[in-house]
Amino acid sequence: MSVVDLDDAVAVLGQFPALAGATLRVEEGEIVLLRGPNGAGKTTLLRLCAGLLPLVRGSGSVLGLDLTVHRESIRRTVGLLGHQNGLYLDLTVAENVHFWGATVGASDAEMQAAMQRLDVAGRLATVGVSKLSAGQKRRTALACLIARRAQLWLLDEPHAGLDASARDELDETLRQAAASGATILMASHELERAGSLATRTVDVIAGRVHEVVS
Amino acid sequence: MSTLRIARLVAAKDLRIEWNSRVFVNQVLPFAGVTMVIFAFALDADSILQRVAPGLVWLATMFSMLVLVQRSFAIETADGALDALRVAGVDPMAIYLGKAVALGVQLLILEVVLLFAAVILYGQTIPADGAVLLVITLISATCGLAAVGTLYGGLAAGFTGRETLLPLLTFPAVAPVLIGATRAVEAALGTAGAVVSDGWPWVGLLVVFAVAFGVGGALAFGPLIDE
Repeated sequence: MSVVDLDDAVAVLGQFPALAGATLRVEEGEIVLLRGPNGAGKTTLLRLCAGLLPLVRGSGSVLGLDLTVHRESIRRTVGLLGHQNGLYLDLTVAENVHFWGATVGASDAEMQAAMQRLDVAGRLATVGVSKLSAGQKRRTALACLIARRAQLWLLDEPHAGLDASARDELDETLRQAAASGATILMASHELERAGSLATRTVDVIAGRVHEVVS
Repeated sequence: MSTLRIARLVAAKDLRIEWNSRVFVNQVLPFAGVTMVIFAFALDADSILQRVAPGLVWLATMFSMLVLVQRSFAIETADGALDALRVAGVDPMAIYLGKAVALGVQLLILEVVLLFAAVILYGQTIPADGAVLLVITLISATCGLAAVGTLYGGLAAGFTGRETLLPLLTFPAVAPVLIGATRAVEAALGTAGAVVSDGWPWVGLLVVFAVAFGVGGALAFGPLIDE
């Protein structure tokens, strides 16, 4: 079963068909890069997969759940990370991870494991998020995704705002996550960096998906 | 996860944030205290202050509530956490209830502090026979204020100019609470010849208001933050 399975999917923003018949399959453990110009439909594709936009035509499923009828359930199983991290700046790293983990009933052991996997479990755990660097915030946000058991990671410009070392850290984190079974679909304009990270690249042009043959 | 369990998580998270940041203690309480002092400067005469003390307590509460509501949603929007909650499929009703409870707890503490400020600054007395009415008035008015504040705070959070939009939306909506709570506290304190029995009908109004806005807010919050 594919993690993402879209067939001729159409999604509209207002009256505008931001996705105009997109077909895409993503298998477990893949890191798929969506590339394309601004307004091509990359973010819309991510939001459709997150269950935030209705599928108005075509068919689609995410993690086996039909996008036309199970959008609420899909939201609970995917993690969407955009330009913002979705963290509470006045809570510590551990408090953030515990809050997000608790929303799905994750155990303390799961939350601790999530923090250890992203290397924010030690000294950083008790530091307020407002005091973290951009890279550390990103890692904390990803730890929150793991704690809330997101199986599909939807990342919109994940490298934006990070310095070179933080980007390297993020890339390593994403590689490890994919090796552990997470599936990652990311949109990026930083083609060299994201392209070397991705196991597959697809072009999104005018709301349609085109496979890139390497 | 049940709605109530998530609501408890959200409330605990909001209160933890306040505990960590100390905004309530370091900013809201001093602001409310200064407001009470300014009222005293403006009205000066003790007899007038004692007569209008219940109304001044609720006015100071409502001004301070705006700061609390702005803060309650600023923590959600600073790094996109409210969007993240929505994306994560967290029940909006639970978010609403949790945030309203956290706001209510802070309001209740604030109201008690302001009542003591009225005793100290305005020479107000709290008679024993009005204590039950006073406590029930505080609780029911707090529920109504928290319900309205959370609903309109969520609505205004998505707009630019939210700082001015929030009072424009909130003050007209909480006018019944201001009137009802002031009259009920006057009755509890025996202000201007009022007796305790005068206060209970106003408590009824406060309860109806809190239930109506609580239920309406819980149902409307999801579509509001989705927009």
